[in-house]
Amino acid sequence: MTQASPRQIQIQYFALLREKSGCSGEALATAAPTLRQLYEELKAKYGFPLACERLRVAVNDEFCSWDDSLPDGARVVFIPPVSGG
Amino acid sequence: MFTLAREPINVSTLSRALHGDQAGAMISFEGWVRNVNDGRAVRLLEYEACESLAVKEGARIIQEAQERFSVIEASCVHRIGLLAIGECAVWVGVTAEHRDAAFAACRYIVDQLKVRLPIWKKEHYADGSVEWVNCQSDEIAEMKCL
Repeated sequence: MTQASPRQIQIQYFALLREKSGCSGEALATAAPTLRQLYEELKAKYGFPLACERLRVAVNDEFCSWDDSLPDGARVVFIPPVSGG
Repeated sequence: MFTLAREPINVSTLSRALHGDQAGAMISFEGWVRNVNDGRAVRLLEYEACESLAVKEGARIIQEAQERFSVIEASCVHRIGLLAIGECAVWVGVTAEHRDAAFAACRYIVDQLKVRLPIWKKEHYADGSVEWVNCQSDEIAEMKCL
């Protein structure tokens, strides 16, 4: 099995995730093969209290599947359960 | 059209903008900030949005309403930032030739925006505590399901 090569990505955090991470976003290099794996790594790092099944994820302003891969230069947004209206 | 607003929503201006000679019905919905939720006294609300995605998804919801129902105009504004009790947090307005389509489209937009817009509400309670609505930890969310 080959290791995915590191890609440079940008992550934005909102609401609870922004407060838990202590920042509104960060740039990082990741070798995570999928969005799910990226979230799991950051969940462990920052102690996010939400399983990825309760969130949605978007890349470059389009909703994506957790099993999608991460393109280089991706702008990733994790979307905690919403509560507009 | 869907927009996010940092300033108070001017309902009469928004309604007037929908006027048209073809329209025989205008239905609007206002979501207001109330002073209690789940039995807890609320002092104020804070809304945060992923703006680029919210604007895109909001426009998509309006587009869907226009495709599903015989609507002439449909418009929605959602507030972000700090809101006091009684303020209008969301406004939806729809015009149509007849009332059925206007009611149905307005209902569709409100129902969809609540589950789809990447907007988060933080409640500030009278006792000084705060909470992001729907974002309890997995453990607490599981307990509530039992």
